[in-house]
Amino acid sequence: MSDASTNDDERIKEMSGLRRAMIRPELGGMVGTVAVFTFFLLFAFDSGMFSAQGVMNWSVVSAQFMIIAVGACLLMIAGEFDLSVGSMIGFAGMMIAVFSITLGWPMWMAIIVTFVICIAFGALNGFIVVRTGLPSFIVTLATLFILRGFTIFIPQTLERKTIIGGLREAAEGDWLAPIFGGKILTGFFQWLGDMGVIGVFTRGNLEGKPVVDGIPMLIVWALGLVVFGHILLTRTRFGNWIFAAGGDAQAARYAGVPVDRVKIMMFMFTAFVATVFAVSQVMEFGSAGSDRGVLKEFEAIIAVVIGGALLTGGYGSVVGAALGALIFGVVQQGLFFANVESSLFRVFLGVILLFAVILNTYIRRMITGER
Amino acid sequence: MTDPIIRMKGIEKHFGSVIALAGVTVDFYPGECHCLLGDNGAGKSTFIKTMSGVHKPTKGTIEFEGQAMNFADPRDAIAAGIATVYQDLAMIPLMSVSRNFFMGNEPTKKIAGISFFDHEHANEVTMSEMRAMGINLRGPDQAVGTLSGGERQTVAIARAVHFGAKVLILDEPTSALGVRQTANVLATVDKVRKQGIAVVFITHNVRHAMAVGDRFTVLNRGKTFGTAERGEITPEELQDMMAGGEELATLEGSLGGTV
Repeated sequence: MSDASTNDDERIKEMSGLRRAMIRPELGGMVGTVAVFTFFLLFAFDSGMFSAQGVMNWSVVSAQFMIIAVGACLLMIAGEFDLSVGSMIGFAGMMIAVFSITLGWPMWMAIIVTFVICIAFGALNGFIVVRTGLPSFIVTLATLFILRGFTIFIPQTLERKTIIGGLREAAEGDWLAPIFGGKILTGFFQWLGDMGVIGVFTRGNLEGKPVVDGIPMLIVWALGLVVFGHILLTRTRFGNWIFAAGGDAQAARYAGVPVDRVKIMMFMFTAFVATVFAVSQVMEFGSAGSDRGVLKEFEAIIAVVIGGALLTGGYGSVVGAALGALIFGVVQQGLFFANVESSLFRVFLGVILLFAVILNTYIRRMITGER
Repeated sequence: MTDPIIRMKGIEKHFGSVIALAGVTVDFYPGECHCLLGDNGAGKSTFIKTMSGVHKPTKGTIEFEGQAMNFADPRDAIAAGIATVYQDLAMIPLMSVSRNFFMGNEPTKKIAGISFFDHEHANEVTMSEMRAMGINLRGPDQAVGTLSGGERQTVAIARAVHFGAKVLILDEPTSALGVRQTANVLATVDKVRKQGIAVVFITHNVRHAMAVGDRFTVLNRGKTFGTAERGEITPEELQDMMAGGEELATLEGSLGGTV
């Protein structure tokens, strides 16, 4: 044995600091974030992108991506995908509208029942995946179509339309709705406005009010979920199980990890964040539409991959996924501010996705020592 | 002579119309390395899976520390102190050594009523256990993927021992390893045996078995030819029993005695 240890000493080189930094999953996200901000600071500084309103604009968009990316990230590390996230967002929004407007339930009840239904769908996704052993890609692709179908069928049948409005009025005075659609620190922003730190409206019925009147709950949810997800993944026993379930489910089972339970819970968590997204969106727009959330599942997955997670599971970072979402939001809105044709955003997405996947594969080889 | 820690009596296992085990009786003693030999398809894997709670025997009884045992699943067997180290499924390469070591047994520490993974404790234990096994890590956060096959087996063995295994089942731990790494794993087996743990060593390599074995049981076509103690049997006899006697003798003739 002593032979082997001297062997290790001479053959394994000390890892350089750079190499050590490179195997952090967040690396790609960090570099990307710096690059994106540098780019827009240089080329679009005057566009209003970095004024209070501009910052709020891309922060909200980034926060939306972040919310669903946290769910997709934990699920991907646990070794599964959920393609039904986008449909779930549309479905959840529509359920709230149907319950509160068509059926006239109080808003809080509509929200809670919607959460229960959607999380149950998430559990069903997970249950089918672990029981049949089918790839989650296929199972949730089925759910994608099933939920989207219902999201169109239900309002068509009940209301003869595919957009149900009037939700903001229905949420008036409700105790639960502001947790998703409200704003915090409004007094602080009013004060900033009064102090002249941020601009105030000079005309119209909002005269004297600051241009940014508070932090939307959407951003609070996003940051809260990122912190929760990061701590869960890196600092708890359950987090270790998530890594193990995605790294090698059979090896994890032999070591006594309840792999099936972990995977089902991650599907439920993904459904939960999709519903958080949906409720916030419905509260913001005041309406629910059958086409809400289309392609969100892929955007979530791309943010997660940019954030350094491996598509094959077992490796990744919530912070990385959050940075991926931030890159997403900044570029999407930044191109708008910079007056660049918005279709180019998709080109950017495709290119950055390809780079991220190549980088991740390379990093994985470095970690596992494969060649 | 001490009492056996596990007695497998008349174990039969049928898969539909296939009889994988046709009445196998073996006793395993603490502090001994019991080698289970057999060619592919002899029933070695089925036998150890029965021992570790993966399969339920169709017939026969398992006595663990003098009491009849009925394992519903592998977790029961692990809880009782029967740990199995599978050749390819011991470790997760993308995870750190420390995370792997405590997989399924994570130490926790309560902060404000919430339990957190106690990384500090986990890292400390991992480093000292690895040092005891002769593996020098760069750090506890080194990924298992960077370890050699032999080191991975050693980590898995150390893990099983640390978490109180009384019986350690090693499923072909050396079959994919080079000479040096095999020697390391065999040395680890020796260390573990000296701690009073019953080691069940599955292999089809007679030389590896002879290197560490105290007892030898050969399985052939779901049956056993009985158990021999060290010194009672020669490697050639073991080899013959594994292959079913005569056929190998003729084969050996044509290969010039190289098998």
